[in-house]
Amino acid sequence: MGRLLNTILIGVSGGSIYSLMALALVLVWRSTRVVNFAQAGQAILSTYIGYVVITHTNNYWIAFPVALLAGALAGALIDILMVRTLMKRAHSGPVAGIAPVIATLGLLGLIRAVVGMIWGGDLRQFKLPVSNHGFTFGHNTIPFAPINLLIVMTTVVVMLIFSLIFQRTNLGLSLRASAYQPEIARLAGIRVDLTRTIGWAFAGAAGAVAGMLVTPTNYLSPNSLDLLLVSGFVAAVIGGLESLVGAAVGGLILGISLALVLEYISSSLAFPVAFVVLIAVLLFKPSGLIGAKRTRHA
Amino acid sequence: MSGLVISQLNISHGAIRAVNDLSFTVLPGQLAAVIGSNGAGKTTLLRTLSGLKSAHSGSVEWNGESILRKKPEDLVRSGIVHVSDGKSVIPELTVRENLALGGIWRKDKKDVALATAEAIDLFPRLGERLQQSADTLSGGERQMLAIGRALIARPKLLLLDEPSLGLAPLVIDQIFQAIKSLRDRHNLTVVLVEQNAMGALRIADIGIIINLGKLVASGPARELIDNPSLRAAYLGY
Amino acid sequence: MRNLFGHSSRRLKAAIAFPVIGVVLFIISNRVDELRVYQGANVAVYVVAIISIILLTGYSGQISLGHGALMAVGAYAAVLSQVYWHLPIILTFVVAVLAAAGFGAILGTAAGRLTGPYLAGTTLALAVGLPSLANQFGFLGGEQGLNYDVGLPPTWLGADFTQYKWFFWISALAALMVTWLSFNLLGSHYGRNWRALRSNPTAAALMGIHVGRSKVLAFTVSSGLAGLSGALLAMTISLVTPSAFPTSLSFSIVTGAVLAGVTLLTGSIVGAVVLVAIPEITGALATHLGGSEKVTSNLPGLLTSVLLIVAVLLFPNGPQAIMKRTRKSSH
Repeated sequence: MGRLLNTILIGVSGGSIYSLMALALVLVWRSTRVVNFAQAGQAILSTYIGYVVITHTNNYWIAFPVALLAGALAGALIDILMVRTLMKRAHSGPVAGIAPVIATLGLLGLIRAVVGMIWGGDLRQFKLPVSNHGFTFGHNTIPFAPINLLIVMTTVVVMLIFSLIFQRTNLGLSLRASAYQPEIARLAGIRVDLTRTIGWAFAGAAGAVAGMLVTPTNYLSPNSLDLLLVSGFVAAVIGGLESLVGAAVGGLILGISLALVLEYISSSLAFPVAFVVLIAVLLFKPSGLIGAKRTRHA
Repeated sequence: MSGLVISQLNISHGAIRAVNDLSFTVLPGQLAAVIGSNGAGKTTLLRTLSGLKSAHSGSVEWNGESILRKKPEDLVRSGIVHVSDGKSVIPELTVRENLALGGIWRKDKKDVALATAEAIDLFPRLGERLQQSADTLSGGERQMLAIGRALIARPKLLLLDEPSLGLAPLVIDQIFQAIKSLRDRHNLTVVLVEQNAMGALRIADIGIIINLGKLVASGPARELIDNPSLRAAYLGY
Repeated sequence: MRNLFGHSSRRLKAAIAFPVIGVVLFIISNRVDELRVYQGANVAVYVVAIISIILLTGYSGQISLGHGALMAVGAYAAVLSQVYWHLPIILTFVVAVLAAAGFGAILGTAAGRLTGPYLAGTTLALAVGLPSLANQFGFLGGEQGLNYDVGLPPTWLGADFTQYKWFFWISALAALMVTWLSFNLLGSHYGRNWRALRSNPTAAALMGIHVGRSKVLAFTVSSGLAGLSGALLAMTISLVTPSAFPTSLSFSIVTGAVLAGVTLLTGSIVGAVVLVAIPEITGALATHLGGSEKVTSNLPGLLTSVLLIVAVLLFPNGPQAIMKRTRKSSH
């Protein structure tokens, strides 16, 4: 029983990170109808900037908001420089539908190369903001540590903030309207381009949070968030790409499933399991386990 | 000169000249019915008036100011509101959220609340369905929602693109009556594009008949209805 | 639009052109130095890979970011069939094609209902995760990988027929055959179905084209070609390891296909040459700029990415499409 509980706790912690990445992907999807593969690139860039701040100030908590800002700025810049062009061009031809995908892919490679050029490929370490030692209850130490609690709590806060923004504010309404029907939004007086830029800024910030949270217990290198991007995508798909709550739940489901597989079956099956879950959800419950109103054909 | 002044307007749609040297004037407070069959260029005209499409040449002035190179978002703030056919409603949002879009850019939130109440008053069915997702609405209800939303923006120039399209005759009547009473109550200037020529002309002050992008006839609506050759050609009887 | 009357004369022209090209390549390979020959082999490998993407994306409208993983499947199948079944080289290539095609058939069936970003993300997951599976299982050779040896060139080719020339010959021959096959495939009713599929799946279905089957067929063929490309790649490095099939490989092939103009077979040579040329160019750039190791190792990736972004933003249908347009407008 204890072992199961521990495994689930680990799964929740890991799953929270997936949720954050999924959140970033869903944000961009809902505000732009583009799946941003460069998300991992933005996140890693923000994390490196956080790293620089930490090395200079030796303080994680100063680095955190700086990284967030960097992520938001990067997201906004990408939208202004690249996405606007994409939206205007390429409306026909075989590449048109996938042009945004390929462009964000190119962007991912670009950011990774730049990061590699500036900082090199060696693995670096963050100082832990809070302890990595599991909580102790009397004689027992569980694998859930303060850092894991921080991760889960931050994820919950981020989710709440974004949910509130999306569902209860005019900004959120503008974001949704601009994503669903940009023309109608324009005719309603919404500044669609500006709104979209804000959406990308939010997503960039979310990715930065994910990067800053996951790196202390891991390591930092230009490729260290790649697997996270894929996991985030799987989590987003499980949750149904339309829903922020779905992203959260999807991440948890993925995190817990992976933890269970790793613990009870075998550690080498992590990827195949994640992949099979992905395919299974896409085949049998295309609108995600949470369910959304639209189908996946757009 | 105030009102809507269109002068020698040319709009291209790809290689096709959709609107050809079009000129007409709508005085402030007038309801103009723009009639023509499919492909006559009416929708293209409206899209250019609301800033969604650029014109090739010519001029369009609203109350003395040129509106041709402005963006839709800016034109809305000048009081020009375009209700495009059926697609004006965002199905993924609720009725209440769709209505909220109408006043989303406005600073005077008190007036937005007032306007929203008026819209619901005009179309009570919307009030019954506020929390429902807009894709559960019937065609007529969607049209009401689109018009209601437009009103909340407190328009001065209302552009309506075939509001009767796909609706049952009884509902069409309701919609047309609503448009007329709105114009009366708020002294709006209205450009009503329609294929339903009779219905539109009956509530209009002036009529403008377009065929293949060119002006065929214009004048007081009553005269157009009474003109036998025009009736035969465009009104079908 | 293809002219129905020109159909048979096209085939005749192709039937003559390919052997001619083959002979020309043979002559060239005897004149240039070893490095170029080796690069030629790499170009041929990329040509096959790029064609596999062109078939899939340019013609049936499905995107794959995971073809690097399919190449890995082909390579591993080839080397395993050599190690465990002692098959002759040519049969290992066949095994590579079949294994990858089989994998692709399964993947294609699952992917059949996916579009755009979902398909992209799924195939990306493959690209990231599949090759690393080899690290987990001993019989796949782990990180060091397995040795893949195509053997020395046969003695009847002469004493100074080098190993690299042999690589070049095999891969160039494969590339030529694949190009010819694809040419024919695209001209057949399968090709027409794919084109219909790409522009308007609904209309295609209404015309009686079995959309699902067509898509899976495209995926299967494309995967088979990718598998062949993977085996050829393994041949040129005489090794099969996970690190030979990184995520960036999948991206590079897509880049090459976009540069080629995703619908043009001949553009694939352009794309392949660019891909092989990039490390050359960046190598020269790096020594010119005199940068550190981290700069030089990332320069190729930077250049490829910039090229990809520029290409897809400026001419999403390939530079050839621009040329066609300017030719038309000058009439």
